[in-house]
Amino acid sequence: MNDPVDVLIIGAGASGAAVAWSLAETKMHILCLEQGDWMKPSEYPSTGRDWGARQLSDFHHSPNRRARETDYPINDADSPIKIANFNGVGGGTVLYAGHFPRLHPSDFRVRTLDGVADDWPIDYATMEPFYAENDRMTGVSGLAGDPAYPPHEPMMPPLPLGKSGATLARGLNKLGWHWWPSDSAIASVDYEGRAKCINLAHCTSGCAQGAKASTDITYWPAAIRAGVELRTHCRVREITTNEHGMASGVVYYDADGVEHFQPAEVVVLACNAVGTARVLLNSASARFPSGLANSSGLVGKNLMFHPYARIVGYFDETLDGYRGPGNCIWSQEFYETDRTRGFVRGYTFEFSRGQGPVMAAVHGMQIGRLPWGAEHHRAYRKLFCHRTGMVAICEDLAEEHNAVTLDPELKDAHGIPAPKIAYTLSENSRHMLDHAVARATEILRAAGAYDVWSEAPIADGGWHLMGTARMGTDPARSVVNEWGRSHDVKNVFVVDGSIFVTSAGVNPTRTIQALALYVADQMKQRLANLFD
Amino acid sequence: MSGDNPLTPAQSDDLRAIAAVMIPASMEFDVPGADDPAIQADIIATLGRDAGLVREALDELARLAGLPLASLAPIRREAVAMELRAKGGAAVATLTRVVLQCYYRDDRVVRSLGLEPRPPYPKGHVLEDGDWSLLDPVRARPPFWRRA
Repeated sequence: MNDPVDVLIIGAGASGAAVAWSLAETKMHILCLEQGDWMKPSEYPSTGRDWGARQLSDFHHSPNRRARETDYPINDADSPIKIANFNGVGGGTVLYAGHFPRLHPSDFRVRTLDGVADDWPIDYATMEPFYAENDRMTGVSGLAGDPAYPPHEPMMPPLPLGKSGATLARGLNKLGWHWWPSDSAIASVDYEGRAKCINLAHCTSGCAQGAKASTDITYWPAAIRAGVELRTHCRVREITTNEHGMASGVVYYDADGVEHFQPAEVVVLACNAVGTARVLLNSASARFPSGLANSSGLVGKNLMFHPYARIVGYFDETLDGYRGPGNCIWSQEFYETDRTRGFVRGYTFEFSRGQGPVMAAVHGMQIGRLPWGAEHHRAYRKLFCHRTGMVAICEDLAEEHNAVTLDPELKDAHGIPAPKIAYTLSENSRHMLDHAVARATEILRAAGAYDVWSEAPIADGGWHLMGTARMGTDPARSVVNEWGRSHDVKNVFVVDGSIFVTSAGVNPTRTIQALALYVADQMKQRLANLFD
Repeated sequence: MSGDNPLTPAQSDDLRAIAAVMIPASMEFDVPGADDPAIQADIIATLGRDAGLVREALDELARLAGLPLASLAPIRREAVAMELRAKGGAAVATLTRVVLQCYYRDDRVVRSLGLEPRPPYPKGHVLEDGDWSLLDPVRARPPFWRRA
């Protein structure tokens, strides 16, 4: 049996890294178990000529397509939006775009302001110092003064506007609509030992330059220097409990498939809203027959994505094309509720640039813009480096029937039951997507596009996973309390996107990490009576 | 199938023929067709996880053609190819993708697009900063985030 540890963290991604680093100052024995491996930036796709193809195979954002030995399968056949994730040190931050918006004050008060969903048990003011601390660790580029947000100060200049950004900005200005340089977790200048972005355009398949802030190069080196132990290739099967109903440790499989028991005083789940629900449900026992921490019946329920729309235009002039990063500008003109639009809550537009030669061809074929035959070459040259556009990130309202359960048949390589997703797109989301596509089309036409194409929802766009172990003060209506501790099992904590009460209409990573730092801070303040 | 080629000789012949219909050589743009030997070798060598679906698509192609695709008259060959494309589905999409992802990384094709045949890293790319004066009207806008 392994020696007991004080704190055992499951998952070394966005939140696991942040909570490990923050707790390290306590000098407790902290261990993180990660089912994936350390990434090697020298092997990222952008270092080879086959970079376009690898985005669609071993660096695909779907674990089912990627199918690395460190991945686990997910049955998402019963969802119009498919799951995206990454398993490895850094987790989803290895593949994320680095878009780094905060939530707004209104996002924490949805019930009070709009009469839908629920309020969070915490507010923006509570989160503000943890956003700032996370920003320092991450390194954020952007520009102060965005009228869509309370004041905050990115520490690096914004990423370049480029030809694509300028074209889109002109369209937005014609319409009189808001836009602003995106806050990005990408170094626009050298930052804390990380080299600045050199426009590889490969943010979403690992940044070989190290300009993008994945936690394997931000939090983890600092956490390990401070004494945190990180074991890779360790896949947790379940959390065990003792006769007092407290967690006693976890059972996991090592790289050789050997089963181990790791005793721990505290267990922290940081596996994202699918993985965390899976572990809790797989931890069912005689004492906890419906899964651990699940007296509310809400573990796995209220799964929220961000339903995405993608809208692109084709222009006569040459745009940024294969030059990156993808992050550019955003618009929150339609973020706050206006019921005359036919839906509640709202969305963010995030504008991108273009595509490399392979993705331009593959996507052009998929959407019928590229013919087979002699006309192919002329059509391709009209398309390549002449496309830009945006995605709309729509707020998803929590619904209990959108859920993660355990698949009765599908299992991973270790025989652990795989997650099964059941999700339907709400009428509110459908109306929001329609609105976003219509407004985006106006933007692109105003910017000069001669052709516009859209898809909504983006079928493989389940990048943001939230809500399956929601926080709250009422144990009947939430899984963890207002500082991340399970209502039922007082030495089990959750720090990932599972604890989101609402999804907001922005990328969640900055908030996930700020929440992890907040929960860690609460734990540190209560060390003497953590389980009271 | 022979050696490391996951396709039979007949499937390989049909792959070459359908690739030529998909992307023929062009003197105007000074590029080879997707049936070029080097591009075909790249496709075969990197089929990997896509081999099963590509075989499925080629089997369907063989069924539609009834004969080796290359042996058909050009008009009939094109008609069969378009029939396959119109059927769609995962197998045809995969066949199309594996052709495109090898064609558009071939040095001759990449150069014809005005690009250097190299990976993005470590040299990177130049991206112009852009005209930030475009932001002036937005800067003039008062804060509109909702107080809560």
